[in-house]
Amino acid sequence: MILRRPLLWLILLLAALFAWLPLRGNNVALREDLILVAVAIILTSNLNLMIGYTGYVNFGHIVFYGLGGYVGLYLATVRGWHLVVAALTAGVVVSLVALLFGLGILRLRGAYFALATIGVLEAVQAFVSNFEPWGRSTGMYVSFESYAPLGGPKHALWITYFLIVAVMALSLILSLGIKRSKFGLGLFAIREDEDAAIVLGVNATVYKAIIYSVSAFLPAVAGALMFFKNGMIDPSIAFEYMLSLEGIVMLMLGGQGTVAGSALGASLYERLRSYLLTSPRLSEFHLVIAGALLLLVVRLAPGGIIGWLYQLTPRSREVVE
Amino acid sequence: MTGLLEVRGVSKRFGGLLAVAEVSFTLYEGEILGLIGPNGAGKTTLFNVVNGVYKSDAGTVSFFGKDITGRSPDQVVHLGLARTHQIVRPLQGMSVLENVIVGACFGREYQSMHDARATALEVLERVGLASRASSPARALTLASKKRLEVARALAAKPRLLLLDEVLAGLNPTEIAQMIELVRSIRNSGISVFMIEHVMQAIMNLSDRIVVLNLGRKIAEAPPAEVVQNADVVEAYLGFPDIVDKLRGAS
Repeated sequence: MILRRPLLWLILLLAALFAWLPLRGNNVALREDLILVAVAIILTSNLNLMIGYTGYVNFGHIVFYGLGGYVGLYLATVRGWHLVVAALTAGVVVSLVALLFGLGILRLRGAYFALATIGVLEAVQAFVSNFEPWGRSTGMYVSFESYAPLGGPKHALWITYFLIVAVMALSLILSLGIKRSKFGLGLFAIREDEDAAIVLGVNATVYKAIIYSVSAFLPAVAGALMFFKNGMIDPSIAFEYMLSLEGIVMLMLGGQGTVAGSALGASLYERLRSYLLTSPRLSEFHLVIAGALLLLVVRLAPGGIIGWLYQLTPRSREVVE
Repeated sequence: MTGLLEVRGVSKRFGGLLAVAEVSFTLYEGEILGLIGPNGAGKTTLFNVVNGVYKSDAGTVSFFGKDITGRSPDQVVHLGLARTHQIVRPLQGMSVLENVIVGACFGREYQSMHDARATALEVLERVGLASRASSPARALTLASKKRLEVARALAAKPRLLLLDEVLAGLNPTEIAQMIELVRSIRNSGISVFMIEHVMQAIMNLSDRIVVLNLGRKIAEAPPAEVVQNADVVEAYLGFPDIVDKLRGAS
């Protein structure tokens, strides 16, 4: 049972800390730091479902986040829907789109699949950049009235923050739940040897399509919330290819295939990145660090930090996850 | 006895090569049917057609009264037809136990994780791998990996088990143990269809033997008759009287 996993309680504790720390003393600066960490954890843990669990490298994972942002912002501002409804709808819509894409490109394996995911990202970005209702390449802005149902802008920012923290907790719980489930076992079998898994009775086609779609849901919800919070969206920030790559670095750093690893890698890398980006001398230097980190991890500890820890004490893997 | 597996006129072509040509045979419930033939005769290809890894170009396969021609391997397992691989394919990163749990979870009974665990432990005990349950699958010796292949297939609770060269590469002691295992599997009510190169073993184990050569069936008979069959001897050794023929010609 998932309730008996210590990691579940750690996740809830983490979420509680995220919610409480900035609230204490109304610390807006800390909130803005933590929201980036939360989004990084959401993206990384859902990416982990594809890369870590199923063994399919998705270079275009950010497309779900961006597309969710667009759908959510459109519904919340142009259509005037409540933010929560708009964000959930964005999640559902993007998951369905992912299911369609998935049934197409998941026939490919290995490097060919990875290349196709870049194609999906490019195609969606090109489509959105020319889509009139979404403002083409100039994007969309959140109208001031949209904040009204949430009790004005100041309130709205806090509410959005709490919602994102909740999505972060849900992402990690989802990862843990899948890992402990029969569905997860099927995914791990596909990762180890897809053909052998099929011969053992795993319906790989369906499993892959479902997990690709599932891995789109919460990032899309997060995208809707985050771009609403930011007040605007345009194709270049919604579909930033670098973020997709950095997601992979975070996952490898923390430990692909592990729930704790996705959270740890995302937190560490995001804090490092924020530090480098804001330090006047090292701005833009973070990509060099990202590359070096990825090289080091792949070369020295392919299991990432958590994978390495689990290897040191094999019992811990069983106990924690 | 009823026909559990009925193969009728099955052909499989790879480009210009006819790997399996109009092969027909019946496997009866409760028997051990051997499949032999020289290298490249199409034995593994026939297995792959039977369990759905390859789509046949002609012919039908029916199992337990159902037409399973063209069904995918995962669907075939749910009906109770499990197999092992000639070149072992353990799920390397998983433990031995997890490997077998996968077999039970996605097999004929589609067991829950909880039941699958119990089934897996039971099967591991049966194949003699219980002491290695928590080792990573990659750490096993070849002989143990072959047992793991059998264990995974057994965990699916099959009606029919396809064994692809489970004896190849084993030493005499290991072969003897595996033969015992195959016998016990049959005695527990699971029919067996096995490819084997170790002649003594397959002659001992099989109730009947199908012989393939260059994709065609050249014999189907009990072991004692198969070894007497002129076509079979020729397929393995060339013409028995070729030396006389050559002498006569010179």
